[in-house]
Amino acid sequence: MNILVFVEQRNGDLKRASLEAMGEARRLADASGGQVLGILFGSSLEGVVDQVKSAGAHRLLVADDAVYAEATANDLANEVKAVVASNDVNAFFCAATVLGRELSSMVAIDHDTCVAADCTKVTAAGEALHAERPVYAGKANLNVEITSPFKVVSFRPNYGEAIESNPAEVEALTPTLTSADLRAKITKVSAAEGAKKDLTEAEIIVSGGRAMKGPENFSILEELAEVLGAVVGASRAAVDAGWRPHSDQVGQTGKTVSPKLYIAAGISGAIQHLAGMSSSRCIVAINKDANAPIFQVASYGIVGDLYEVVPALKEELRKVL
Amino acid sequence: MKIAVCMKRVPDTATKIRVAADNQSIDSADVQYVISPYDEFAIEEAIQIKDKVGDSTVTIYCYGPEAAQQNVRQALAMGADDGVIIQSDGAGLDPYRAAKNLAKAIQDRGGADLVLFGRASVDGQSGQVGPMVARLLDMPCLTEVVNVELDGTTIKIERESEGGREHAEAALPAALTCQKGLNEPRYANLKGIMAAKKKPIETIPAAEFSPALNIASLTPPAPRPDGKIVGEGVEAVPELVRLLREEAKVL
Repeated sequence: MNILVFVEQRNGDLKRASLEAMGEARRLADASGGQVLGILFGSSLEGVVDQVKSAGAHRLLVADDAVYAEATANDLANEVKAVVASNDVNAFFCAATVLGRELSSMVAIDHDTCVAADCTKVTAAGEALHAERPVYAGKANLNVEITSPFKVVSFRPNYGEAIESNPAEVEALTPTLTSADLRAKITKVSAAEGAKKDLTEAEIIVSGGRAMKGPENFSILEELAEVLGAVVGASRAAVDAGWRPHSDQVGQTGKTVSPKLYIAAGISGAIQHLAGMSSSRCIVAINKDANAPIFQVASYGIVGDLYEVVPALKEELRKVL
Repeated sequence: MKIAVCMKRVPDTATKIRVAADNQSIDSADVQYVISPYDEFAIEEAIQIKDKVGDSTVTIYCYGPEAAQQNVRQALAMGADDGVIIQSDGAGLDPYRAAKNLAKAIQDRGGADLVLFGRASVDGQSGQVGPMVARLLDMPCLTEVVNVELDGTTIKIERESEGGREHAEAALPAALTCQKGLNEPRYANLKGIMAAKKKPIETIPAAEFSPALNIASLTPPAPRPDGKIVGEGVEAVPELVRLLREEAKVL
């Protein structure tokens, strides 16, 4: 199986989840004697290329042009189609980010197949692939067999394993697009308010819920997050109260996250919140109520007042990290 | 303007999910089915656009069982004009067949200028159907929009991206998937509910498209390893940090 891997970047920041998809691609390609071809779109990509070239690809196609700052998945899908047609490729892998979801869906339709989306585990079985992922908000696991000749897979961030390999052969890809023929165009990206990493890609998340009582108290979580290099999230209660933007919401009507460490402070653990975070590797719950449902999914719990425990945790971590 | 909204009937998010004996589907006994929450934003947006531009129709397309009548009727009570149910009994987790059928039904009814979706259904959560239908209809698709403005035949949207807000636009016909924050879906009032009873819902059989994925199994999630209460209050903090470093090895 020869696999094309979409490597995602934004303004020169590489999405780590792309490297995980690349690592998984290399593992599956090696097992079948296939090759991994990476594709990277953007402008001024030198720095990104350096980070990607030894991450599992045999060849890395780099499309470096200003047009890609305006392009959406609609047009990238056409570029992918052309690359698939001119290379001997029979699978497309990417990370299940917003752009990855769009692009993989479009690439799948172009090859008359479905996406095995948001996978937590993919294994080869002869010519087929088996893919697993949680559905019904983590209340069930779906295992599918991909039998189509062309296979499209997206990986849930923090599940695949990034690897180191010999450097890929880097080739420039000339864009076939011009700004005038874009089907859809990104016209502006407004200044980021406190630019931060997306929750879905964070390795560590510190989330607050109803017990935060107001937007001002989130500063104690921000301080803990700073020590940990974490991103701050919120429960629906905190978002609905207007304390945090919707983009911070973890849960069934917010983001599904799978960090290696998830710290839930003052979150009771409503089913709708658990749906968004129960696939985290390690969950720490800090809650006054020893009967809060969050303790049922927590790896470690501290029963106590978050206003005391969180600052103490920050100080303790500052000593050791 | 012809506006199409694709909606899905899904188990209520508070419903307990039990895997059925066939290990392929869920046990539907005692399950409350609702309009997938993100699809409500799509329905609301369609109605608001119709109110703004006038001379438009809003058609609800639903790929699902006959029982989805009730959910489609609810969308009509909110203010949509008519509905099409593409009847299929299983296939709740096959976005490919859903997309093929939805695209075909829209196309067979003369296409649409704007096709709206929720950002993902809350059961399958893969978010594929919107971009897939758009691709099949040869339209651009913009996903997870939180603001929509129609400027002549150009649709302008905003969406949240990492720490910022992305503005994008496309010429109609186009497809959008709707994110929370776009609007506040209305509750149907009595007048709407009465009017919906007279609005047409057409039921057509789903076309047979062979699946690209076979469901090998649907299983209950593996239980999380038993957690432990490290202790109470600030005294437990040093032990927690030790466990995170030495046992869980996440720091």
